[in-house]
Amino acid sequence: MGLFTEAFLTSLVLGAVVAGIPLLLAGLGEQLSEKAGVLNIGLEGMMLIGAYMGFLIAYVSGSTTLGFAFGALGGMAVAAIMALLCVRLGLNQIVIGIALTLGAEGITALLHNIQFSRTYPRLDAMDTLPIPLLSGIPVIGPAVFDRPVIVYIAILLVFVMIYVFRATHLGSALQAAGDKPAALDAAGVDVICTRTVAVLCTGLFAGLGGAFMSIVGAGVFVPFMTHGNGFIGIVLAMLARGKPLWVLGGALLFGACLSMTTALQVAGVDIPTDVIQMLPFAMVMLVLILAGRRASLPLALGSSYVRGAR
Amino acid sequence: MSAAQTTRTADKPTEAPPEHRREWAHMALITIGPVVVALVIGGLVLIAMGVNPLTYYSYVAGRGLFSPSGLQATLTRMGPLLLIAASLIVAFRAGIWNLGGDGQFLLGAVLVAAAGPALVEIFPVWVVLIVGLLIGAVVGMLWSVVPALLRAYQGVNEIITTLMMTFLGVSLANVLVKLAFLDPTTTVPQTRTLPVEDRLPRLFDTTVSSGLLIGLAVIIVVHLVMTRTAFGLKLRVVGANSKAAIHAGLPVPLLTVLVFGISAALAGLAGAVDILGTQGNVRADWNPAYSLTVVPLVFLARFNGFGTIAFVFLFSVLSIGGESAARKLGVPNYFSLVIVAILLVVLGLTEYLDQRRQQKVRS
Repeated sequence: MGLFTEAFLTSLVLGAVVAGIPLLLAGLGEQLSEKAGVLNIGLEGMMLIGAYMGFLIAYVSGSTTLGFAFGALGGMAVAAIMALLCVRLGLNQIVIGIALTLGAEGITALLHNIQFSRTYPRLDAMDTLPIPLLSGIPVIGPAVFDRPVIVYIAILLVFVMIYVFRATHLGSALQAAGDKPAALDAAGVDVICTRTVAVLCTGLFAGLGGAFMSIVGAGVFVPFMTHGNGFIGIVLAMLARGKPLWVLGGALLFGACLSMTTALQVAGVDIPTDVIQMLPFAMVMLVLILAGRRASLPLALGSSYVRGAR
Repeated sequence: MSAAQTTRTADKPTEAPPEHRREWAHMALITIGPVVVALVIGGLVLIAMGVNPLTYYSYVAGRGLFSPSGLQATLTRMGPLLLIAASLIVAFRAGIWNLGGDGQFLLGAVLVAAAGPALVEIFPVWVVLIVGLLIGAVVGMLWSVVPALLRAYQGVNEIITTLMMTFLGVSLANVLVKLAFLDPTTTVPQTRTLPVEDRLPRLFDTTVSSGLLIGLAVIIVVHLVMTRTAFGLKLRVVGANSKAAIHAGLPVPLLTVLVFGISAALAGLAGAVDILGTQGNVRADWNPAYSLTVVPLVFLARFNGFGTIAFVFLFSVLSIGGESAARKLGVPNYFSLVIVAILLVVLGLTEYLDQRRQQKVRS
C-alpha cells in the first residue's frame, strides 16, 4: 500500500493549509463576535462577498495585495450592515444573518453571471515566500513554510488574538460584552461600540478568508464557492471555547477533510467527489455529537443589549 | 388581490372593537409595506444590471399570474412551498430553528423518486401515492433525529447542526441519485421517472396538482393546532421561554424532539409532494433550496398560517415568473435570492420602526 508516500503526505498537509486558512480566518472572526455576544450567522455571506471582491479587484488591478484588501473591506461592508441592524437597532441576529447570507449569494451570483460567466478568467498562482531553513524540512517544509505571505499573516493573527484576549483592555471588554453586558455598561464602557468593533473585525477576518479562497485556493470566483465554510467556521468558534489556538487546530483538521479529494487523487484512489464533499460535514457532526455538551457560548449570546432593560 | 388576502393576518380574536379598523390598516401597512419596499429596492438592483424593472416585473406577473399555464404552474408550486412553510411555522413557534429543511426535503424527494417507479409496477397507484407521501415524511423525520437529540439532551445549537445536516443531505442525495438509483435507460444522471398518469391527481381540468390541496390542508391544520389547542400552547410556551416551560412542568426535551419530528416530517412530505405531483424524478445536482427562501415569508406573515398562504402565493408567482424571465430577459434566478434577502432586512426594519412608534404613542 503506497498510500503514505511523501507526495501524498505533502499534498495532504498542503491541502489542509490551503483549505484550512479560510476556516481559520472565519473561525477567528466568529470567535471574536461570539465573545462579544453576537451570533454571526451571516459569516457565510461575508466570506462570499470577500471572495467575490477579492477576486474582482485582484483580477482587475493585477495585484493580489489589493485583492485581499478589498476582500476584507467587502466582508466589513456586510458586517457593517449586520452591526447597524443587529447591534445598534437590536434586530434578530439569526434572521438578519440568514438575510445577509442569502443576499450575498444572490448578489455575487448575479454579478458573476454578468461579468465572468462567459470567460471564467483565472488568476495566476500567487508567489510564495519560502522561509529559510524551515522550508527545507521534508513534507512540512513545502506544504507550510513555502506559502504566500497571507498564510503567515493568518497564522500570526491567531497569536495576536491570544494576546488581545489575554492581555488587553479590549479583550476583557469583549468578554464582558458577551457575558454580562450590563456590567460592562456600568463600568463605563459602551457595549454597543464594543460589539460593533467586534462585528466589524469579524467581517474583516471573514472577508479575508473568502478572498483567500478565491485568490489563493481556487484562482477563480464561482457562485456559492464558500460552500458552507462560513458555517463550519461558526462550529469551530463554538467548539474552541474562546481559545484561538483551538480554532487553528480545528481549522487544520477540517481543512484536511476538505482537501481529501486532491490528496486521494494524488494517491490514485477513486472516490466520487460527492462522497468526499460529505466528509467535513460528517466530521463536524461527529465532533458535535462527541463534544457538543462541552461547546460553550457566552451567556448573553444572541440577545441584543438595551440599556436599562432587564 | 394580495392586499385582500394578507389583511387576514390581522384576523386575531383579541382586538378591541373601536380600534378594529385602524388595527387592520396598520397590520396591512406593516405587512404589505415591506413587500413594496423590497420590490422597489429590487428594482434598483435590476436597473444596476441594465434591466428595466417595469419590464421585468410585468413579465414576471404576466408569466406567473396572468397566463393560464403560468397560473397553474404557480398554484402547483405552492403545494411543496406551503408544506415547507408549515414545517417552519411548527418549529419557529416552538422556538426551534430548524434550518435544515433543504436536506430533509431533498432526501425525502430522492427516496420517494427511487421508490415510486419501483412500487408502481406492483401496487395500484393510490397505494403508491400514500406510501410515497409516508416515505417522504419518515425520511425527513429521520434526517432530523441527530440535531433533535443534540438539541434536546445536549443543548447543542440546532441552527448549526441542521445546516450541517443540510450540506450532508444535499451531497448524500447526489450520491444516491448517481450511484444507487440511477436510471440505466437514459444518459442524463437521474432517477427513474414516475409515469405522468401515476402521479398525484390533477385538479379538475387543469394541470394544477392536488399537492396544492395537501399543502393548504396541512398549513391550516398546523395553524389551528398551534393557535387553538393545548398541544400548540405547550409548544408556544417552550418557544417563548423554555425555562418557564420547565417550571410549568412541561417535558421540554421530549417536546423539542417532537417539534423536530413534526417539522422535519413536513419538510420531507414537501419533497414527496414535489416528486409525486410535479417532478416525477430527481436529476443529479437538483436542489431547489426552497427552505431558506420560505423563511422570510413565514416571518412576514408572523407565523400566521393564513397570512403565509398569501405570501407563498406571491412568492410562487415571483418564482415561476422569474424562471421564465431567466430564460427570456437574461435575469438569472439568483435575483429571487436578492429579493428575499432585501425583504428580510426591510421586514426587520419595519418591526423596529413599528415598535419605536408604539413606544412613543404609549409614552
